[in-house]
Amino acid sequence: MKRRNFLVGIGAAFLAGCKEVGDSKWFEALVDTAEGWHRGIHRTLGVGRIAMAPEYEREDLSPFFRGNGSLTVDTDEYRAALEAGFSDWKLEISGMVDTPLSLSLDDIRALPQRTQITRHDCVEGWSAIGEWTGPQLSHILELAGVQDGAKFAVFTCADNLNGQDYYESCDMDDAVHPQTIVAHQLNGEALPERNGAPLRLRLERQLGYKHPKYLTGVQLVSSLDDIAGGKGGYWEDRSGYQWYAGI
Amino acid sequence: MANKPDKPKKRHALGTRIWHWVNLVSVTILFMSGLNISNAHRRLYWGDWGFAAEQAWLEVPRFPGWATIPGYYSLAAARDWHVLFAWVFAVGLLVFMISAIRNSHFKRDLFTRLAEWRPANIWHDIREHLRFNFEHEGVKFNFLQKVAYSKVIFLLLPLMIFTGMVMSPGMEAAWPWLTEVLGGRQSARSIHFICAWLLFAFFVLHIVLVLLSGPVKQIRDMITGGGE
Repeated sequence: MKRRNFLVGIGAAFLAGCKEVGDSKWFEALVDTAEGWHRGIHRTLGVGRIAMAPEYEREDLSPFFRGNGSLTVDTDEYRAALEAGFSDWKLEISGMVDTPLSLSLDDIRALPQRTQITRHDCVEGWSAIGEWTGPQLSHILELAGVQDGAKFAVFTCADNLNGQDYYESCDMDDAVHPQTIVAHQLNGEALPERNGAPLRLRLERQLGYKHPKYLTGVQLVSSLDDIAGGKGGYWEDRSGYQWYAGI
Repeated sequence: MANKPDKPKKRHALGTRIWHWVNLVSVTILFMSGLNISNAHRRLYWGDWGFAAEQAWLEVPRFPGWATIPGYYSLAAARDWHVLFAWVFAVGLLVFMISAIRNSHFKRDLFTRLAEWRPANIWHDIREHLRFNFEHEGVKFNFLQKVAYSKVIFLLLPLMIFTGMVMSPGMEAAWPWLTEVLGGRQSARSIHFICAWLLFAFFVLHIVLVLLSGPVKQIRDMITGGGE
């Protein structure tokens, strides 16, 4: 009986310790460091070539592509835009570029297109395979002209979740990666509403929350500190999710 | 017959002892934060993809707060713990393996010899276990211990690391062959889950056997190394 009390005591002390550590500033710094190591090792192991996310065949497609998070944009403007086939939708390229651009869906469809069948992994654990079509972000950024000192691409969105506008960001390595595309089609058809109509970013080497939907802008910046909560994304600001979601 | 390596002075080498206690902490944290992560999507699938009940082979129960780290549902915080201690666990296993090759621990104590696989020997070992007789003269581990420890060290622990790596999309882009070897991302996730519970079963068995075979001496020896 004494032994059992001892073991229960050790267990309780361990859990209390975990809570204490988990709430501390230094632990937060440590997990950020570990996150950086993961990113470093992923990039190092892929060295000498551009590490690509696996691509699949059409017969591998999931029969239906699950929607998660925002399933629509709950505004009258979006309803009207949806009705009008998004004829007035604009993707603004801004920030540290030589020529800011304002691209319509027709402009986006007129650019060279990439079609890729990839697996989408949600941070929760599920996966779905879909075929995405759209221009490479690298091509759009080339047209705008990337300025020296640009370190991050920030993606702004039309959807608002729990009172905050959705946004995301990635480093320039991911921004100009060949599989990073501005998708306007899923499985050969216009992007469905639940999957982010009319535009969704595909950032194939990271988890699902890094693929913002209802995309309205791409802004190049040198620091994420002054954007929204400063952590580089909606889920990062709101719940402390990892900014580097390649893990 | 091959030369027997010299018998070490201590019962447990320093590297083994450090690894044992580091692992107790890191595996406990990985397991409990893993249960929290499991709560985020309580279904398991085979193959590359899966998201709905009709594709699942298992509906996983929700694990209660007392069994998870942190003690409330937080996928973000649980992932922080998990990917931090994944480093401790993986680097620890690597260092232990190198030190156990260098000090002949694997060769001397863990690898079974052909003669040990005779049914009579296995049966003898099982009978002695059931009699709670854990004395085995001459060799450090008996047959069942060797099999259990080597399966854990060479199969379960590496599988935990490799299936974990497959679930990381950044890692997968660097090493896509690993996903194929393990049968797709959702298969890797299922194997990760199964191996975690096999490790838990090993943990329970390990604790029970330590308690039955003189726990004070066992724990003391795993701290001080034990003597001649």
